[in-house]
Amino acid sequence: MSKPGEILLDKVTKKFGAITAVDSVDQVIEGGSYCCMIGPSGCGKSTLLRMIAGHETLSSGRILIGGNDVTTMRTGERGTALMFQDYALFPHLNLANNVGFSLKIHGVGKAERQERALEMLERVQLAQFANRMPSELSGGQRQRVALARALIMNPQVLLLDEPLSALDEFLRLKMRVELKRLQDDLGITFIHVTHTQPEAIALADKVIVMDHGIIEQAAHPRVIYDQPHSPYIARFMGGQNVVTGTVIKAGSERIVAEAADGAKFDFATKREVAVGEAIRFSVRRDKIHVVPRAEQDINAMQGEVANVEYQGTFVKVGLNTRQDDEFIIYMDDRAYFENPLNVGDSVISEWLAEDVCHLLGENNSSGD
Amino acid sequence: MNKTIISWLQVLPMATILIAFVGIPLATVVSLSFWTFDGLEYYPDFTFENYTKVFSSWVTWKIFFNTIRYAVITWAIALVIGFTVSYYLVFHVRNLKIQIALFLLCTIPFWTSTVIRMISWIPFLGREGLFNNALMSAGFVDQPLEFLLFSDFAVILTYVNLFTLFMIVPIFNAMVKINPNVIEAALDAGASQIQILWNVIIPLTRTGIALGTIFVMTLVMGDFFIVRVMSGGQSTSVVSAMKNNIDQLFYPQAAAMAVLLIAVVVFMVSAILRVVDVRAELAK
Repeated sequence: MSKPGEILLDKVTKKFGAITAVDSVDQVIEGGSYCCMIGPSGCGKSTLLRMIAGHETLSSGRILIGGNDVTTMRTGERGTALMFQDYALFPHLNLANNVGFSLKIHGVGKAERQERALEMLERVQLAQFANRMPSELSGGQRQRVALARALIMNPQVLLLDEPLSALDEFLRLKMRVELKRLQDDLGITFIHVTHTQPEAIALADKVIVMDHGIIEQAAHPRVIYDQPHSPYIARFMGGQNVVTGTVIKAGSERIVAEAADGAKFDFATKREVAVGEAIRFSVRRDKIHVVPRAEQDINAMQGEVANVEYQGTFVKVGLNTRQDDEFIIYMDDRAYFENPLNVGDSVISEWLAEDVCHLLGENNSSGD
Repeated sequence: MNKTIISWLQVLPMATILIAFVGIPLATVVSLSFWTFDGLEYYPDFTFENYTKVFSSWVTWKIFFNTIRYAVITWAIALVIGFTVSYYLVFHVRNLKIQIALFLLCTIPFWTSTVIRMISWIPFLGREGLFNNALMSAGFVDQPLEFLLFSDFAVILTYVNLFTLFMIVPIFNAMVKINPNVIEAALDAGASQIQILWNVIIPLTRTGIALGTIFVMTLVMGDFFIVRVMSGGQSTSVVSAMKNNIDQLFYPQAAAMAVLLIAVVVFMVSAILRVVDVRAELAK
């Protein structure tokens, strides 16, 4: 028995001519959870969302919502509501009629429609504007109207297509909190498509990271951030440096790898590796320390300071190393200013083995 | 230079044109409608005699009724065609290039003069015309259809042929401005195609419909040539009656009729503008 609002994607595929936008995606999204889908543009996240909403037909596969197969069901009948990126309010209708539109379509009488629309507007604190037209509202207010309109039919699943991207930074953070609060209140499934990593991490119970039409990793945001599956995830989610090396000592639990410049690293692995195999791993940028001289000959890398950016709560230091990827360190601001660095300084960065994550996935794209 | 003078200078060119080509002729017509004519000469006067004549003649009412009938029928057909064509172009032809090509196709008839397009219907619709010949040789009818030419049918057909584009263009223009997501939002609310048409597309194209209505109505109301040629002289419109008056040198009476026609058209247009705030919607 599946919970209301549970979404099951079974080999969902969408092809546009020769291009495969979504490639055989399998996933279960728990009912009542907040799920964020993230990825670079063209990764298929919006197409997947639109297929769940019924605005796009599947090339093959099935979609189940709350245990019902909705693959061929009409949009508007499957218990989903979609909130559009540009809100798509009806420009010729006032707020009450915008919010009550679905009710009108479903044959609800005028008086009841008005009453329920007002109730819903009350919920998003816009009841006093019920007779205004959408063009008379600010961006944030329009967004709340769109939310009210989507929720009026009590959907099992609310689908949000980049809901915050049209807002300015300040409003975005405010609405982010509102969305989370609303989801807690309603207890329905939210699927939120975004291209902003902090948004996904802050909101989601489950983050689905996509690339080229497939799901690269789907997990709790802490897992995604701390234990990325592939170099792509590590780079795309940010906060990690990707390092390449060759295995020189294999073991069942710990391995030792060597970089091109002879630096050695040891860390735990989740997979058997063979000596001589090229592997990648990630190191948390905020767990790296800068030291003038190496105190250990392992888990350290030499580099030259290329740039320094003060970020308020920390200092971002970029190093030139022998690695292809940029190597960035987030230094504690107090520690940094006690011992400031100059561009061109040669420094040693070191870290602990437990802050390293062996990247098992093959996807090595840069994520942009 | 002070600002008032600059503003006056900016208004001047347009004002000059309007006064010279609209204001003065209109004033002439209005004042002429109060003059008297004794069969030989015109006398400046302020008499309502011309209006009394116009209003008391049942012919006037008949031709006004006839003209409005033409206008309404033409408008209704042009609206249905204009709306359907625009709807097809906007919502079914997704490829922009094909959309533009098809739109240009609609304008092809405008590459020749109105008169030629109108006259071309005659050999097509006549007793011995192409259409009748085709029908007879195909065996659908034994005798040529008489109503095809020199009839109300021919008049309205020509009007529709000539004026529908004036309906298509503003409706098309209003329709392409509809955000496709708004239609998807309606679909998401569970609306059927008919419900979307009725609740979303028609309300959002009403500016275009209003503009097209104004164009078609005024064009039909102002015509005398098409009526005369295509009805074979059997039907009269307000303007063709006016032309008869002018031919007989009854200028004041023609002027009175013209004032009446202007009043009717102004009333219709302002009624439309009352329902649809065209200016506000065009500014969007």
